[in-house]
Amino acid sequence: MDDLMNVVDWSRWQFALTAMYHWLFVPLTLGLSIIVGLMETIYYKTKDAKWLAITKFWMLLFGINFACGVATGIILEFEFGTNWSNYSWFVGDIFGAPLAIEGILAFFMESTFIAVMFFGWKKVSPRFHLASTWLTAIGACLSALWILVANAWMQYPVGTEFDPAQMRNVMSDFWAVVASPMAINKFFHTVLSGWVLGGVFVVGVSCWFLLKKRNIELAQKSIKIGGWVGLVGIVLTMWTGDGSAVAVSKYQPMKLAAMEGLYDGKCGQEIVAFGILNPQKTYDNNQDPYLFDVSLPYGLSILAKHDPNAFVPGINDLIKGVELTPEGDTIHIDSYAQRIEIGRQAHAALREYGEAEKNGDSVAMADASARLAQNFKYFGYGYFNNPSEAVPPVALTFYAFHIMVIAGGYLLIFFVVILFLVYKKSSVLNKKIVQWLGILTIPVVWICSQSGWVTAEVGRQPWIIQDLMPTRAAISNISASSVQITFWMFVVLFTGLLVAEICIMLKVINKRSKEELDNENI
Amino acid sequence: MPMKNNQESIIRRILRFYVEGFKSMTVGRYLWAMILIKLVILFFVFKLCFFPDLLSRDYDTDEERAQAVRSSLLDNR
Repeated sequence: MDDLMNVVDWSRWQFALTAMYHWLFVPLTLGLSIIVGLMETIYYKTKDAKWLAITKFWMLLFGINFACGVATGIILEFEFGTNWSNYSWFVGDIFGAPLAIEGILAFFMESTFIAVMFFGWKKVSPRFHLASTWLTAIGACLSALWILVANAWMQYPVGTEFDPAQMRNVMSDFWAVVASPMAINKFFHTVLSGWVLGGVFVVGVSCWFLLKKRNIELAQKSIKIGGWVGLVGIVLTMWTGDGSAVAVSKYQPMKLAAMEGLYDGKCGQEIVAFGILNPQKTYDNNQDPYLFDVSLPYGLSILAKHDPNAFVPGINDLIKGVELTPEGDTIHIDSYAQRIEIGRQAHAALREYGEAEKNGDSVAMADASARLAQNFKYFGYGYFNNPSEAVPPVALTFYAFHIMVIAGGYLLIFFVVILFLVYKKSSVLNKKIVQWLGILTIPVVWICSQSGWVTAEVGRQPWIIQDLMPTRAAISNISASSVQITFWMFVVLFTGLLVAEICIMLKVINKRSKEELDNENI
Repeated sequence: MPMKNNQESIIRRILRFYVEGFKSMTVGRYLWAMILIKLVILFFVFKLCFFPDLLSRDYDTDEERAQAVRSSLLDNR
């Protein structure tokens, strides 16, 4: 068992490393593609050469990021087949279909029109070029859509039926998978967060131009576009974040409890705006969950249920299987001990199905299959010996969530202030402190973005598929040492790519900032 | 065969589009070199040497793979 957990931990670290590095590049692609599309649209409408120069400058930075980031996500698929082979088989065409659509449709669409974007300035009509730029942006969004649909299914598995003969989940309703509330919120929340990141990047780089007093007009025009995209992005990201909170409270209440460090819920539950968790607190002791906290009354009930008096369950309530009505009456739902028992019955049924299949006993197979279907919703709980095994890492989830929310709140204020300054008080934009604020906000938006990913993925632990498969069941029969070797190889590769991206971008930004930008210089 | 000539012309134009595009690149040359090196590392080093699809490698049929996954999911977890 120790060796198994070692393989699980190293494989999780490897997957997290790959996904987080991949996610450094992707949101910038999503955000910059929209911004470049808007800039080229202005050029198309005005025929102003300055806008052409601006478009080409940001398009070049988009190209650098695309080149560094492209195909970094393919490693995740390698890992599925090697490290997570049980999972890969178990999910069947649920994962295969969206990823195949992503690979064939979106990736090729994106790649084709990127070529027109960069090679086609003097070879295709301005209208076709503009269409290609927008189709690249749409292709990037479609890529994200299919990946996020697959991810959302892992958080809320719907539209499928488990077939014990194939040992796979079979898709029974494509639209239930694609249009699940989890998938819709996840898609918009994630893609719109890319707009925010792109907006901050454009504003930050433009502030550097202002700081160096180079290409002032390019910088000011870019701040306007980046600022608006960022502001619209952050408002919509917050709105879809609210939708995500409602979906999480409904389908992954344990994750929500971990996000808030909430052990004992109540009606009219407050939300922790800022807090320090008590590291001694566990689900089965009576210590205070927080060493320090600043809370907003009714906040979590409003966020999660859109009702200030609604009951929000904590970790202990979920384990015990109790909820309260607004009148104070107790409602019993499945406790985690009951779920574990039901999960074990599902395991026994699957085992009996396998035996019956070997013996060619179709009556026993049908009986076992029926009992499996009846208990399958808690199949994953059958792996646990204790309810505490179903509790996610509370501290990491709590802090990641709060870093994301606080940084998101800061970004909203940042965009409002930047847009106010660029339109109404442009002289204040010339102050170094404002320019440095713009530059230093670039790492803040990446921290915010990565924190969101950590909240979503760590908060759903121990599940790789919610309620159906914990990570330890998903792992292949491989050695921890083989995963460690490739883990460190990835560290070297990805760090090299990141350093290359930063160096090339800084070189290009520095070089172009020293030139008076016009159409021919780009 | 005007249809065939027309098709060839389109293919030739697309090829010329890419060839001239690549030739006129400046920063893009380094980026394409980076992409190609990265793809070689990913597919010819990582995929071939370190990331086999275990179930495809170890079992010949889907039935055997299903049986292997069932055993793995129910034993020693």
